Amino acid sequence: MPPDNSRSSSSRSLWRLRHYLRPHLASLVFTWLAAVAGIAATIVIPLVSKEIIDGPIARSDLGALVPLGLLALGLGVAEALLTFIRRWGQTGVVIGVETAIRDDLYRHLQRLPMSFHDEWQSGQLLSRATTDLSTIRRFFGFGLLFLVMNVLQLTTVTGLLLHMYWPLGLLVAASAVPITIVTLRFERRFMKAARQVQDEQGDLATIVEESALGIRTIKAFGRGGHVFDRFDGKAGEVYRTSMKKVRLASRFFTFLEVIPNATLALVLLLGALAVGGGSLSLGTLVAFTTLMLQLVWPIASLGYIIAMGQEAMTSADRVLEVMDTPPAIVGGELVLDRPRGHLRFEGVGFEFPSRQVLSDVWLDVRPGETVAVVGATGSGKTTLTALVPRLADVSAGRVTIDGLDVRDLTLESLRQTVATAFEEPTLFSMSVRENITLGHHEATEAQVETALEIAQATFAYDLPWGLDTRIGEQGMSLSGGQRQRLALARAILGQPRILVLDDTLSALDVETEALVEEALRRVLADVTGIVVAHRASTVLLADRVALLAGGTVTHVGTHHELLAGVPEYRELLAAEEVSVD
Amino acid sequence: MTDWRGVAAEQKDDLPTSVTDLLRTRSRDLLTDLLTPHRRNIVALVAIIVASSAAGLSIPYLVKVGIDYGIPHGTGTLLVIVGAVLVAALIQAYTRRAFLALSGRVGQDILLELRRRVFRHFQRLSLAFHEKYTSGRVISRLTSDVEAIGELLESGFDGLVTAVLTLVGTAFMLLVLDVHLGLAALVPIPFLLLFTRWFRRQSSIAYRRTRETVALLIVHFVESMTGIRAAQTFRREPRNQEIFETLNGDYGGANMRTMHVISIFMPGVKLIGNVTVAAVLLYGGWLAIQHEVTVGVLAAFLLYLRQFYEPMQEISQFYNTLQSAGAALEKLSGVLEERPEVAEPDEPQAVAGRGQVRFDGVEFGYTDLQVIERLDLTISAGQTVAVVGATGAGKTTLAKLISRFYDPVVGRVLLDGVDLRDLDEPTLRGAVVMVTQENFLFSGTIADNIRIGRPGAPLTDVMAAAAAVGAHDFIMSLPGGYDAEVGKRGGRMSAGQRQLVAFARAFLADPAVLILDEATSSLDVPSERLVQRALRTVLAGRTAMIIAHRLSTVEIADRVLVVEGGRIVEDGPPHDLISEGGRYAGLHDAWQASLA
Repeated sequence: MPPDNSRSSSSRSLWRLRHYLRPHLASLVFTWLAAVAGIAATIVIPLVSKEIIDGPIARSDLGALVPLGLLALGLGVAEALLTFIRRWGQTGVVIGVETAIRDDLYRHLQRLPMSFHDEWQSGQLLSRATTDLSTIRRFFGFGLLFLVMNVLQLTTVTGLLLHMYWPLGLLVAASAVPITIVTLRFERRFMKAARQVQDEQGDLATIVEESALGIRTIKAFGRGGHVFDRFDGKAGEVYRTSMKKVRLASRFFTFLEVIPNATLALVLLLGALAVGGGSLSLGTLVAFTTLMLQLVWPIASLGYIIAMGQEAMTSADRVLEVMDTPPAIVGGELVLDRPRGHLRFEGVGFEFPSRQVLSDVWLDVRPGETVAVVGATGSGKTTLTALVPRLADVSAGRVTIDGLDVRDLTLESLRQTVATAFEEPTLFSMSVRENITLGHHEATEAQVETALEIAQATFAYDLPWGLDTRIGEQGMSLSGGQRQRLALARAILGQPRILVLDDTLSALDVETEALVEEALRRVLADVTGIVVAHRASTVLLADRVALLAGGTVTHVGTHHELLAGVPEYRELLAAEEVSVD
Repeated sequence: MTDWRGVAAEQKDDLPTSVTDLLRTRSRDLLTDLLTPHRRNIVALVAIIVASSAAGLSIPYLVKVGIDYGIPHGTGTLLVIVGAVLVAALIQAYTRRAFLALSGRVGQDILLELRRRVFRHFQRLSLAFHEKYTSGRVISRLTSDVEAIGELLESGFDGLVTAVLTLVGTAFMLLVLDVHLGLAALVPIPFLLLFTRWFRRQSSIAYRRTRETVALLIVHFVESMTGIRAAQTFRREPRNQEIFETLNGDYGGANMRTMHVISIFMPGVKLIGNVTVAAVLLYGGWLAIQHEVTVGVLAAFLLYLRQFYEPMQEISQFYNTLQSAGAALEKLSGVLEERPEVAEPDEPQAVAGRGQVRFDGVEFGYTDLQVIERLDLTISAGQTVAVVGATGAGKTTLAKLISRFYDPVVGRVLLDGVDLRDLDEPTLRGAVVMVTQENFLFSGTIADNIRIGRPGAPLTDVMAAAAAVGAHDFIMSLPGGYDAEVGKRGGRMSAGQRQLVAFARAFLADPAVLILDEATSSLDVPSERLVQRALRTVLAGRTAMIIAHRLSTVEIADRVLVVEGGRIVEDGPPHDLISEGGRYAGLHDAWQASLA
């Protein structure tokens, strides 16, 4: 899981993303120039009002008023225009960067092996592709720019104030010190509280999720009250932490207003005295107060922007953590030209970090033959089949097709030769056609029809919109038998030489089971097949059976041979021998 | 490119089309209902915010007095005026803090109440509701929707109230200071209003588009990640990438549009503001030269105009918050409006708890489909009944009627002679328990999960229940035994092991009537055999209904019901049915043949 990186490595992560800015360099420079020019206009406008008060008004010179007024107008329009240019230009850059990173992230995720995806839940990946990228976008788009702009505005205005009347300038500069300190301190504590609220909301969401998914169990046992208490306890925690956040914020924002207003009062007093004494002009005093108020936002937002930067760094870490994971399974060079489909496991072993799953597995499946793999739950049947299309790689020995190690083949060629139908047929929220064709987007209508016919799945044509009907989670729900037959159609569409089938455990009613069995029989007719079987009826489709026990193939033979000679096998498949007592 | 999604019936979760739709009657009712208990605090909040705004608005005015009156009259007068500024600043600060603290508390109270109310309501709604509403939508109601309202209460409320008061107050003060100059400064307001209306409309459209595109992007992302195995084996990656890039481009485009609208609106407001300032300088300067206004008035105008245009900028930030909160409120009020189809009785009755079940002229169906046609059936206490039949014959409906997940349309279901509708929840659930193949495990330990059957049961009882169903051995083999964490939704255990835990749970609940709906179908043969052995213990002394496709489970039944098209077509002890050679005999033969 995400390691707790130090800040220096975090800022490096963010820095590593800089190349995404490269295509936008020109508009970036342009928008930054507009931003700087905009600040200049913002600062100059109060100076013009000073000139108006000290010049035309003090001297009752109507003639001088108009050009200065027009200047103020011009500057005002320019400021608005420059702001527009900055915002508009910025939009293209940040959206471009965000979209490009997201595309690359997705591309990379698709290349990462199953071992990675087994470990990472899709929710974790999603939050990287959405929340984290938005955070990075906001920082590149606004945080970074405002950081620079604010510092620029702060120093210029402070310098200007010092230049206009240094005692008051000093006073204003001094008042900025407590604000800056408190802002930075507050932001740290506030962020901590905010993160805590977020974490607790996450826990609350988990309870909600369980209560929604487990609603049948909860109802069956009448445990609504029990679940509510759990939820209520957590909701109370969220409430208390949120209140802490509210109290912090109310104190801070008050402080943020007291200091500038108190400073204003002091500036007024001292400034008025200075005007009375003649060492300051009235116009300067007015300009001074207006400029002074310009400082409040840049200082107050400093803490926010810094926090934003820190978040962006963490997000960059989280994104790069995924991007830096090397795709462990990459294709070789060889291409199977006209595969015969001779599949061999030669001394194959496989281990997870913590335990050995398979060791020294030898199995020879001749072209056109079907072998059923039988074993107890957890014996490694599914792992064995995953080694053929290289969803996982062997840790010892090798798997060969027509004598060639699968690791030497291109992934393209390998996965064209081998097709799989899984125990749990994954259907996407897309049209039936898209679900069947998957990687064979170029498949013709006739090919689809043939595949559906062989797999006994022509029911698809009778759905409300035929093959255009959306299925999957967001579409029409299909029965277990229908789903399985679609998965079979999908597997045979590309006319693979080797077919890997993982039979489902869930019971189908007698008629549906007969349909699926018939479909299986037909798809296995011409190809090399390896079938993970849980039931005698499925085993009968195979020419031979391999018994998997203790992580290795202990027996290979026909169903009847094994049934007669191997007690372990009888135990696994012979349901009718329920001889209790 | 767009046809890959295929066609489906419309989803009901649409967003309201315009702002006026946001606060429809039921949303408004819910809002009123939530706010009513806080009446007093809301009055206090209004008083505080008015005081705070008044103090804030007085400061530029005091600056004017200082310039016009203080400077000519010397230090004493100046000190008084500056003192007044300080007092005003302190009042503003103090009231602001009070406001933020109080409004924060009210907001959090409301949020907590809303969370509780919606959660409790979801729990109360019948299974029929949950089946059509889906868990995904329940989850987003209770998370993102509630959070959207939370965000409004947290930041938006403060922003809106302050902005409105400042706008009104500033306009008022400008007119008080000088009517002519004030009127001149207010000339842009109609433009501002028109401009804001344009912005609201545009940002509604853009917001909607963003929600739509991001929803598609998320679905595609999540599905292709959870289905990555299929994607890789069938070399779906290039096509997925193509679709993803299109969706990502659409989402980027929608975001771009939102940001473009803002990048027109914000500088636009600034433009109006700046033009006004220039006009005030020109016109005010002219008036000052004519000695019709003082320099102090001019200075105060400049300060006020700043205050006037700043909150306008915030409105654009705040608008999306308001919009998503409005949409969320609409959906939540829709959920709260749903009435539980299975209601609690007004006068609950007691039940003997022997476990006799009787269907008395029961009919059941959905609007367009009759499922059960006039059923009279008595299952005597202690009997084990197996129900067989094809998918869709109505087997599961029978089970759901006995456990009162549904109520019959016509007729009654009776437990020991009492209509199920006259039993309260604890009595009913204590007497009837159903185990399905959907063996849900909650996060926590194995023991916690078994205790769902009887909260507070001592560990010895938990262990006895596990032992009775044959789950004890595998639990003890886990690291930590009964204290082993089951992992997210029981992911660390096999389907068979999860099912054994579910059986232990049901056994611990010790109901008079136990229903097993396809409860063993996800088990492999050895586990199923284990469960069957256990079932003889579990079913002893209670009424049981077993629904199964695999006839191996049926063999322990005293009596078999064959269901077809919502009717019972055969009824009798299994051996009699086989010898009679009817439908059950046919099924039995087919099953025998399927075994080796």
